[in-house]
Amino acid sequence: MDQASPLLQVTGATVRFGADAVLRRVDLNLYPGEVHSLMGENGAGKSTLVKAITGAVPWTEGRMTLAGRDVQIASTEHAIGLGISTVYQEIDLLPNLSIAENVCLGREPRRLGVIDRAAMRRRAREVLEGLGLEVDTSALLGSQSVAVQQLVAIARAISTDCRVLILDEPTSSLDLDEVAELFRIIRELKARGVAILFISHFLDQVYEICDRITVLRDGELVGEYLTDELLRVDLVQKMLGHEGAPLRARDRETPERASGEALVSGRGISAGGVVEADVDLGAGEVLGVAGLLGSGRTSLARALTGVTRLDSGIIRIEGETTDLESPRTAMSLGVVYSSENRRRDGIVAEMSVLDNITLGLQAERGIIRRLPPAHRRELAMSWVDALDIRPADVDRPAGTLSGGNQQKVLLARLLALAPRVLVLDEPTRGIDVGTKVEIQNLVGEMALNGVSVVFISAELEEVLSVGDRVVVLRDGRIVDTVDASSLTTDGLLALVARPDESEV
Amino acid sequence: MTGIFKNRLFWPVVSLLTLVVVNTIARPQFIEITMRDGRLYGALIDILRNSAPLMLVALGMTIVIATRGIDLSVGAVMAVSGAVALTIIDGSGNPGSLGTVAVAVVVAVLVALVLGVWNGFLVAVLKIQPIIATLVLMLAGRGVALLITGGFITTVNSDPFSFIASGYVLLLPVAFFISVAAIAVMSLVERRTALGVLTEAVGINPEASRLAGVRSRGIIWSAYIVSGTLAGVAGIIYASNIKAADANAAGLFIELYAILAVVLGGTSLSGGKFSLAGTVIGVLIIQTLDSTILFLGVPSAQSPVFFAIVVVVVVVVQSSRVRGALSRASASLTRAKTDTDDREKAEVAR
Amino acid sequence: MTATAVRDETTKESRTMKVESFLGRHAALMPTFAALAILLLLFAGAEAFLRGDFITPRNISALLLDNAYLLVLAVGMTFVILTGGIDLSVGSVMAFTGILGAKLLADGLPVVIAVPAIILGGALIGLVIGVLVQYFNVQPFIASLAGLFLARGLAFVVSLSSIKVEEPAILWLQSTRITVGSWYITPTGIIALLAVAVAAFVLHLTRFGRTVYAIGGSESSARLMGLNVARTKVAVYVISGLCAGLAGLILTAYSGAGYPRNGIGTELDAIAAVVIGGTLLTGGRGYVVGSMVGVFVYGTIKTIISFMGAEQSWMQIIVGALLLLFIVVQRAIVARSEGRR
Repeated sequence: MDQASPLLQVTGATVRFGADAVLRRVDLNLYPGEVHSLMGENGAGKSTLVKAITGAVPWTEGRMTLAGRDVQIASTEHAIGLGISTVYQEIDLLPNLSIAENVCLGREPRRLGVIDRAAMRRRAREVLEGLGLEVDTSALLGSQSVAVQQLVAIARAISTDCRVLILDEPTSSLDLDEVAELFRIIRELKARGVAILFISHFLDQVYEICDRITVLRDGELVGEYLTDELLRVDLVQKMLGHEGAPLRARDRETPERASGEALVSGRGISAGGVVEADVDLGAGEVLGVAGLLGSGRTSLARALTGVTRLDSGIIRIEGETTDLESPRTAMSLGVVYSSENRRRDGIVAEMSVLDNITLGLQAERGIIRRLPPAHRRELAMSWVDALDIRPADVDRPAGTLSGGNQQKVLLARLLALAPRVLVLDEPTRGIDVGTKVEIQNLVGEMALNGVSVVFISAELEEVLSVGDRVVVLRDGRIVDTVDASSLTTDGLLALVARPDESEV
Repeated sequence: MTGIFKNRLFWPVVSLLTLVVVNTIARPQFIEITMRDGRLYGALIDILRNSAPLMLVALGMTIVIATRGIDLSVGAVMAVSGAVALTIIDGSGNPGSLGTVAVAVVVAVLVALVLGVWNGFLVAVLKIQPIIATLVLMLAGRGVALLITGGFITTVNSDPFSFIASGYVLLLPVAFFISVAAIAVMSLVERRTALGVLTEAVGINPEASRLAGVRSRGIIWSAYIVSGTLAGVAGIIYASNIKAADANAAGLFIELYAILAVVLGGTSLSGGKFSLAGTVIGVLIIQTLDSTILFLGVPSAQSPVFFAIVVVVVVVVQSSRVRGALSRASASLTRAKTDTDDREKAEVAR
Repeated sequence: MTATAVRDETTKESRTMKVESFLGRHAALMPTFAALAILLLLFAGAEAFLRGDFITPRNISALLLDNAYLLVLAVGMTFVILTGGIDLSVGSVMAFTGILGAKLLADGLPVVIAVPAIILGGALIGLVIGVLVQYFNVQPFIASLAGLFLARGLAFVVSLSSIKVEEPAILWLQSTRITVGSWYITPTGIIALLAVAVAAFVLHLTRFGRTVYAIGGSESSARLMGLNVARTKVAVYVISGLCAGLAGLILTAYSGAGYPRNGIGTELDAIAAVVIGGTLLTGGRGYVVGSMVGVFVYGTIKTIISFMGAEQSWMQIIVGALLLLFIVVQRAIVARSEGRR
């Protein structure tokens, strides 16, 4: 197998959206009859690479060969025509059509140009039965569970004679039996010489099925490894990155926590991707949250701040049970949230820095009680000054700022509300080292002033250096809560990565 | 210099001025304003007077569009408000009394306001797509108006009522003052409350606004209330002008012209940033264009062809495809220009 | 859930499963059934309260005859709405093509040229709208609004007043009555029913038709699945324009004249009929046969109102109310299916 030349080879793939390069000179080699895993955290560029290969996003630079021949993928249609089948991360199927149609759409069996519905149902049933799923193929896809939908997406991808099969998080809603069936199919396809690109945040699955691993970080290639030769801890370390960032030593003293009542305490919180989480946050405490992508870290943050409503569980603030029905309610209780996706649901890109900083305060005051313009400007200027937002021009549209400065604008908006609890979801992702340190220091200062902070980051060192205690999440559950001072990065790494070994 | 070009009002103002200049060259009397009996007359005055209903409707539409919505029912609301006012005046013993007219106008505007509340409820609370939600009233509204007038065109002879559309105060038509008052009130509300900035935030990025704690429901709701109320006033001006309530013709197609005015004024249909001043200019462009088409001897029934061409040109110019091509072209131009600028500076330095 | 588990459940709760599987298969049919129920209720109510002579072959035959043009418009509109778009131009396009046909015939052109010309004219305006929507990213609402203005203006450019049609071939479409007992159908009615049949065939049994549904379900998914989204989206507006052209022909035959003021607001009637027939305005769900039911509901309400001698204004109010009812029901359906996912 090793002597074979790659079936699909990507060299120097670069994708830019505007000024941001989301993928920089990435190489990828897929060999026939091999399962290859693409690993990386949020924003590492996995999905972008997949979309580039399948023609869903345009390439800025780079080349791709298929079976030794140069190809330029013009569209998803073209990719499918070349034998590249894909199951995308979000189930991109059509809930309004039947299961059979979702499997066969675009290549329905026809007689004299007329779709042969019976043959279509038969074909769909055969493929699905191959996956161990017996369903009514005439049923609407939208009426099925997410697991069935995911299997249908996989069925669609393998129902053609594909040479390359890309599976982007195919197992996220499958149970163990279904995963086993899927793996059986993958092995069959592998034996037939199909090249399979398998993306999953479940390390177990990666180690079970994959022969080779390519790791991406921040849109760049970290390296390509044989699964057998790469320890799990090393893999996680490569994904998260050990940055030689100039992290200050912990010069802050752990605040003397008043024993007894926590400022915020959650019991049995289930919402979105987090299950039965118990959290306590003392006044002036920084609680780090560590976990891999998909571990439920964002779901926890959103549940604590009223962004998503709880499925079950209770949240007490200063001992009083509260119903956080919207971000507005949480804010009025002094609990604020900074989203991990600052471009999509953080800043309002076309509005000025001034408007963005004062948006939260104005929303709190309501429509009628407008902040006087002079006061607004003064306030915005003082925050621009305090957080060193550059360029120091409050009238600039916030969307034109760099990522780090956008994050600062977002922080300024939240801090202007004089919050008691600050929940920061990956505030330092994708921003330069200098700004990163500034934000870390700011969190420390806030804590010294009595503000409680929940600090989520994919970088373990950062979580350890910023947090007083660290909550470790794995597969939607809190697996441990530890004192940051008692833990090394490697120890935390082991906790985050290793499923069932409890040694620290 | 570049500041002027970049201003969103630049192109609307240029288009308006061009229209005025072309008209003036074609018929010099266009720009003439004469004074008779203490009143000003002329084509320009007519434009100001006749634009009043469209002005009111377009101002309301601007706010609705800023929230990513659209209000198709404005024409029907105009018909209802005119029908209500005329029926009250017609039914009273003394159509000429100021009191009757005042009651009629107030009731009609209140009814329009309630219709706005209804639209806002469908959109902001039931979360029905704005186009569809307002389509309901667009369909049913005219039926209601016809029902109020009993299926006839109610006509009245009431001096105080006709004064609204054709009267004069201080040299100028009353209808013009109503427009100005509406513009002033809207601008004041925009400037003096936080409605403007919060509406923009909700229109640009609803999710980010929610996370920032903005209560979008009230904001969206109030936009439809404003739109309905202004359409009600527009309906009264229209009815006063023809001294009748014509449930079928009142405000016919006005939603389309209002949307066109908003777009001409530089407010994007995808919501967010809006400009009341732009809408005012957009309305004046439409009214001037209308007057131009009439002057050209084109039957007014055929004028939609011209407006269709205007719509197509405007949306095509606004589309990202054309914008991208234009900005690439202008970027290479400015680059060339800064190059020469730099060289000149270098020369001076030496 | 494994295959065996599914089978176990099937035997255990076979009856509920059957009902559920029917619902799972045909959830989208429910609103159409509701429309059918409303139609039957209207018939029954009218029969009971209106002198008992409402359901007669004559009346029902007349229903098709009087609403043939609307039925053709609704067929075209169904294509557009299924993709999640909207076409406001159809009423004006119908007026334009109608007056154009009358004018061409009055100028002495033979039918074999005039009729294809007007249908092509409708399709051309549809093409302009489709290109604006697909290639210039103009919202369907605005693009078809431009089409509305254009067609209405062009109608008046052709003629400011109505033009009588003397051509026997056109009048034949309307005056010929194929009778079976006291039932009858005219060629215009046959054209309308044919349009429904062809549309149903295309939508359900061709790749193009399924792509229409796919785009309405999720345009981005359809694109990722490798379907030809761009071509299909332009095509639905062309089809709608084509149908509007055909409706212009039918209306001209029906009224014996072309009139540039025809069809003001008819686009709203067509949209209402499609929605009442159970097609979701967000696209992806609905049936062209449902649109036919919607047109008949619309026509029946109109007939009942004129039977009762009531104001025609009730028409708009009732249609508006029905529209609201269906929209709220649809909203609930969508909310439920979202909640399930």
